[in-house]
Amino acid sequence: MTSHAVEGTPRPPRRLGDRVFSSLVTAAGVVILITLAGVALFLTYEGLPALTAQAAEIPGADSFRAYAWPLVYGTLLAAVLALLLAVPVSIGVALFISHFAPRRLASTLGYLVDLLAAVPSIIYGLWGIFFLAPRMVPLYEWLAGHLSWIPFFAGPASTTGRTIFTVGIVLGVMVLPIMTSICREIFLQTPRLHEEAALALGATRWEMIRMAVFPYGRSGIVSGAMLALGRALGETIAVATVLSVSGVVSLNLISNTNPGTIAANIALKFPEASGIEVNILIATGLVLFVITFLVNFLARAIVGRRAEFSGAN
Amino acid sequence: MAKSIDVSDLNIFYGDFCAVEDVTIPIAARSVTAFIGPSGCGKSTFLRSLNRMHEVIPGARVEGKILIDGADLYDPEVDPVEVRRQIGMVFQRPNPFPTMSIAENVIAGMRLNSRKLKKAEAAEIVEGSLRRANLWTEVKDRLDKPGSSLSGGQQQRLCIARAIAVQPQVLLMDEPCSALDPISTTAIEDLIHELKEDYTIVIVTHNMQQAARVSATTAFFNLAGVGRPGQLIEYGPTTKIFTTPENESTEAYISGRFG
Ligand SMILES: Nc1ncnc2c1ncn2[C@@H]1O[C@H](COP(=O)(O)OP(=O)(O)OP(=O)(O)O)[C@@H](O)[C@H]1O
Ligand SMILES: [Mg+2]
Repeated sequence: MTSHAVEGTPRPPRRLGDRVFSSLVTAAGVVILITLAGVALFLTYEGLPALTAQAAEIPGADSFRAYAWPLVYGTLLAAVLALLLAVPVSIGVALFISHFAPRRLASTLGYLVDLLAAVPSIIYGLWGIFFLAPRMVPLYEWLAGHLSWIPFFAGPASTTGRTIFTVGIVLGVMVLPIMTSICREIFLQTPRLHEEAALALGATRWEMIRMAVFPYGRSGIVSGAMLALGRALGETIAVATVLSVSGVVSLNLISNTNPGTIAANIALKFPEASGIEVNILIATGLVLFVITFLVNFLARAIVGRRAEFSGAN
Repeated sequence: MAKSIDVSDLNIFYGDFCAVEDVTIPIAARSVTAFIGPSGCGKSTFLRSLNRMHEVIPGARVEGKILIDGADLYDPEVDPVEVRRQIGMVFQRPNPFPTMSIAENVIAGMRLNSRKLKKAEAAEIVEGSLRRANLWTEVKDRLDKPGSSLSGGQQQRLCIARAIAVQPQVLLMDEPCSALDPISTTAIEDLIHELKEDYTIVIVTHNMQQAARVSATTAFFNLAGVGRPGQLIEYGPTTKIFTTPENESTEAYISGRFG
């Protein structure tokens, strides 16, 4: 033993290339942090006056909380609806592409899905209001007529179809491509060895997928869902186009009276807002920022809970 | 219980590439058959065709006949899933499920066969299988840790435990001891001796002494040349193959005079 080793591990010499590369990636990481901090600072600074605003200054509510709550509720409701619809479908489509479709069909499908991701959201909005909404009306009427004991379908059914449910579908379709892409990539990366281990034990294809593909892809699926959720939470123009808003908080998904969403509300109100109203809108933006943050945090926690078993080691 | 295997005129393809050509060999029930031969001659490929694992590779197919106790293995009526439940396999590279715990890995096959496994029953199977694979003492205190937390040799023994837990009628082992130390190797060889009382065992090995120790029959595979398909050169009682082989290349291979 030399005295050297007792003092503690000396830093190993590092190559120039390594140092350059590590500085570069560190810089990239710092840029992200600065951007994020900048956005947070701006939102807080501009939004704070709204939190202390007089009741009279707040349009349509007597406190900022009362103003923001229906919007928060609507935002979450629409995003959750979208996710509920999109997650199973995109996992199914991704599985079909990665494990069931013949190779030619699979690559064509994958390409089409990626193309869908590039369609601008106003197109989805127009599709929602002109195509989807009118076609949903008969379904809403049926639901209100037969299942009105379920609070979600209490009715009265919307005659235009511009409901939060329709918005959920539009958002679901919008987030489908990104989520499908991510799931497909991760499913394709399942190690063959693990798939073969399952098959050799006598697993059917579906059992193999449950034993090898899903567990391996779990964190990827959650990440995909979070990206999708982020897009659904922040979607502005498609929601603003489709939804008929009246600022209520209700479980009813199929009526004419719906809660708005934060992003759509900002887009609709901003052009005519002035003074404290602008601060109020920005403060709702801050709320959205925090919600997105929390959601991602939660997702990381879910993924991290069984990191040991993730298959990454 | 144990099943005999009869292979005749078997050609095995990866797409257009013929990897193994014209294999005809009977494999007796309740005995150990060893496959030896140089790397790349198609031992793994042939082994995988015996439980229909070959066909899970896109474009892979076989021609010829394999009879398991007289029944055609590649009959269109035969469900490959059912086949694989009865013909177990240990792969050349260890492949425990990384997302399952050690105990879950062992009973993974049981769970496929019979959904409802009582807790005590499962624990018994886990302990029994791990003991026979000579892994129990090393892992008994961390059965709930992931299968991937084990060393390479431990993972291989875990895979052996997983394969024998379902009590397959035929057990195919592709170089099961290549990552193991002499102690574990001896334990696995003891296990093979014990299993052959009830099961049919086929083992691929690069270790001549191991083939000589465990097998009753030995089959020697060789390549006709680079890029040519592998072939079965000869097979026979292990003692005969190792003392008086008929083919010159067999003699050269087992005596280590192989170019
Ligand atoms: N998935 C595959 N696709 C195409 N060719 C393959 C594939 N797997 C193996 N081969 C080819 O088939 C031939 C036989 O391979 P195989 O793995 O059966 O050899 P082996 O006798 O088991 O060798 P080793 O002793 O090194 O394990 C080789 O030429 C190999 O390149
Ligand atoms: Mg091999």
